[in-house]
Amino acid sequence: MATVTVSKKACSVNPLKMSQPIGGALAFMGLRGAMPLLHGSQGCTSFGLVLFTRHFKEAIPMQTTAMSEVATVLGGYENVEQAVLNIYNRAKPEIIGICSTGVTETKGDDVEGYIKLIREKHAAVANLPIVYVSTPDFKDAFQDGWEKTVTRIVETMVDAPKSPARRDPTKVNVLPGCHLTPGDLDELRTIIEDFGLEPTFLPDLAGSLDGHIPEDFTPTTIGGVGVEEISIMGQAGWTIAIGAQMRRAAEAMQQKTGAPFMLFERLCGLEANDALMAFLTEISGRPAPMKYRRQRGQLVDAMLDGHFHIGGRKLAVGAEPDLLNEVGGLLAEMGAQLLVAVTTTQSPVLERLPTEEVLIGDLEDLENLAKAKDCDLMVTHSHGRQAASRLKIPFFRMGIPMFDRLGGGHQLMVGYRGARDLIFNISNLLMADHEENHEPTPETWLEGFSSCHATAAH
Amino acid sequence: MSSLSATIQDVFNEPGCGKNANKSEAERKKGCTKQLQPGGAAGGCAFDGAKIALQPLTDVAHLVHGPIACEGNSWDNRGAKSSGSNLWRTGFTTDINETDVVFGGEKRLFKSIREIIEKYDPPAVFVYQTCVPAMIGDDIDAVCKAAREKFNKPVIPINSPGFVGPKNLGNKLAGEALLQHVIGTEEPEYTTPYDLNIIGEYNLSGELWQVKPLLDELGIRIMACISGDGKYREVASSHRAKAAMMVCSKAMINVARKMEERYGIPFFEGSFYGIEDSSDSLREIARMLIERGAPEELMDRTEALIAREEAKAWAAIAKYKPRFKGKKVLLITGGVKSWSVVAALQEAGLELVGTSVKKSTKEDKERIKELMGQDAHMIEDMTPREMYKMLKDARADIMLSGGRSQFIALKASMPWLDINQERHHAYMGYVGMVKLVEEIDKALYNPVWAQIRKPAPWEKSGDNWQTRAMAQAEAEAAALAADPVKAEQVRRAKKICNCKSVELGVIEDAITANNLTTVEGVREATNASGGCGACAVRIEEVLAELASASHAIAAE
Ligand code: SF4
Repeated sequence: MATVTVSKKACSVNPLKMSQPIGGALAFMGLRGAMPLLHGSQGCTSFGLVLFTRHFKEAIPMQTTAMSEVATVLGGYENVEQAVLNIYNRAKPEIIGICSTGVTETKGDDVEGYIKLIREKHAAVANLPIVYVSTPDFKDAFQDGWEKTVTRIVETMVDAPKSPARRDPTKVNVLPGCHLTPGDLDELRTIIEDFGLEPTFLPDLAGSLDGHIPEDFTPTTIGGVGVEEISIMGQAGWTIAIGAQMRRAAEAMQQKTGAPFMLFERLCGLEANDALMAFLTEISGRPAPMKYRRQRGQLVDAMLDGHFHIGGRKLAVGAEPDLLNEVGGLLAEMGAQLLVAVTTTQSPVLERLPTEEVLIGDLEDLENLAKAKDCDLMVTHSHGRQAASRLKIPFFRMGIPMFDRLGGGHQLMVGYRGARDLIFNISNLLMADHEENHEPTPETWLEGFSSCHATAAH
Repeated sequence: MSSLSATIQDVFNEPGCGKNANKSEAERKKGCTKQLQPGGAAGGCAFDGAKIALQPLTDVAHLVHGPIACEGNSWDNRGAKSSGSNLWRTGFTTDINETDVVFGGEKRLFKSIREIIEKYDPPAVFVYQTCVPAMIGDDIDAVCKAAREKFNKPVIPINSPGFVGPKNLGNKLAGEALLQHVIGTEEPEYTTPYDLNIIGEYNLSGELWQVKPLLDELGIRIMACISGDGKYREVASSHRAKAAMMVCSKAMINVARKMEERYGIPFFEGSFYGIEDSSDSLREIARMLIERGAPEELMDRTEALIAREEAKAWAAIAKYKPRFKGKKVLLITGGVKSWSVVAALQEAGLELVGTSVKKSTKEDKERIKELMGQDAHMIEDMTPREMYKMLKDARADIMLSGGRSQFIALKASMPWLDINQERHHAYMGYVGMVKLVEEIDKALYNPVWAQIRKPAPWEKSGDNWQTRAMAQAEAEAAALAADPVKAEQVRRAKKICNCKSVELGVIEDAITANNLTTVEGVREATNASGGCGACAVRIEEVLAELASASHAIAAE
């Protein structure tokens, strides 16, 4: 059982955290024909845009209500109205998703009320799906913004089924946390389909941000799950939620539609995927396809080969709670010691992490603790690169943003194959580091001897 | 807040800014706060601009006072380089929470400053104001003053909450902060007749270092670069320089001009993009230093250096001529830089099919015409679809632009090269131009293009999204051509003034109805050009066109 502490510093240094409105905006990007709209000053949107463009290496749809100083004081009705109409006229979206920001929450704009009024005044948008989520920047983190948005989408856009008897047992809803990449979603889709089931992902970033080529110059998202598909999600036999962050959304789905849900807090690792396979076998009535029996064998093999390198490693991970749980969990199962765990926001999984203490803090904390505990592997997003290079320890990038390496969107973690790939990639990194920096020399033997000596003297 | 609005007014009154100079008194008061379009805007905020302008000061701790959005979403995303301290790359933010929003964030700010000074001991702390603390009334000036007294260290308030305006306003507010709190507060250890300030250069990708060796060779000392690879003490004592070069970006014109006014440091506006511009700039630097007391022989040495460097660069570029024969370039960039690179591209044998002039001034346009001929294809404002079509119709073989448009080219399976902020290569100076040409060659001749243009085995030829997109665009164009009424509508619907959202038709009507002859007149009648003023050039063109058309009629 890990205890969770919150950093007491006044000044956050090298933030690990990102703000929740852009987490919400990212969730909207997994919807087809969507335009995420941040209700705030334009800079907030611009920062989010740059961040996602650099991470996904894709054109990103995102708009702003462009609140000026005056509008902020007077209230933003007109800006929201203009933004909605402008977006409607220019981009012809199928849905507009609005997230508030610190600026508009400080004033306390009643956006739900605004939307009602806009619908009344403008027939053109009277029936356009517009979903609003309250996501002040001065509270919570990226993951929370995603979670709140998915929950809101479920609450407002999924229809209650007319008759529960018409539930289709071959249909499965999947509610993925924001820690899954488009690559992860594709892998999961294949796995679920291989059991003869038909999954609907909400949100579906694989359809919109997986690097494929667009059909045309739409300023909105081009792939993802459609408004229609969302509305009939209530007919599915089951809902699978991935990551503890998705519990609320899954509960909302159950409440609204009666569809039962299964929450997988983890999907990276042997046991986690065994549980998934067992569950899919149960709900589909089909045995696991041969392909996965083979893949399981490969993962076991990879764990055997990888444990030589990962075993005993002193690990420092900085990530949002669910991602931290996934990687921290996998590497701990491979024999690494999760000595330093830093995260961004509260979550029930934190207590279950295989470590003594979890700190809600920043990358300075991660760096200092990693140094104090003499960690020899760091896992966090690209912003950790400075810390790792100062500590001269191998650095594995995971999470958003990953702006200084390619393929972040396709990094695989779920499924037997995902865990296998991850183990190979991390082991290879450690081997390369060993070859480059830790080949034994006459001196290292001496050093080893003297440090043994020092410990012995204690 | 009142001091902030005074500063903003002051910035708007900047006589050195060409855009403002030709506005009426009343218009100027309104300043550049162009009304942003909700749902149609996508630029950075004033805070962003201030941070961009100052963050390249490498040994300073840059503390962002606000919720996590402002720093957490954006830190560590600029490619400026440092030859010394890396403190500038550390993200500091107060990350204020709900309690701070209710009770005020000043205490947290003060504690943050203390933590930074205790842990990092930087020569100065810069504190950036953002929207939320500005709304709840946190007085960062007072906190900075208290911290300065308590810790005996410069703590500089940068009053730049995002919602006061766009990025370029933020650049200027940053400049004001330097003028008010930094420049002139320390004395240099020594001075020489060769001391130069460089203003408005950020050393992205280490570009400045491509020019610095030349200055070193001439014995010219960069006393302070504001702010690329800059250090706090250098900026604080930069008022003792003999001359200043303002790098073409107009970001910090207020700094250059006020330093001239206060300390008598003359400045000129120059650029190190393009071979000829680099030479001109070096000459100008030498001339100004000589004027301020450097020995005459500096000019001879400068000329010799220019001759040597130019010969080297042109020789290196000439090699590409045969490879670039018949290749066409589409250049989409913030106007100022475009003419600087045009000459070099032409020298390398590339043909320029168009260059964007969206942000160019009238003089910029004249330069482009000089270089590319009277009928130079100047692009005011291209939609992605138009850019795509231009590339796809093979009217261009490669696009050079900023990162924002990269996907248009890449999705069209066409070569693209980043010439804006996030580029990885440095294109400044003589070496930089050769590098640019090299990079173009690499992009044009990469075998990847032939590969990715191949259809998938299951695709019928001519039936992919690209051909469909093209067909759609062509059908639309044909429909327009067949329907003169609609075409005229579309023509008239073209936005001339983006700030006040005024269309071409409205302006034309106003001109004919009231016999207008000046931009002033058009502004009074239609409100066009009542915002940032950038469209004044376009309105002049409309005026000229209508005038010549009515002449033609009169002559008949
Ligand atoms: S607009 Fe305001 S709140 Fe948004 S990023 Fe800029 S300073 Fe921060």
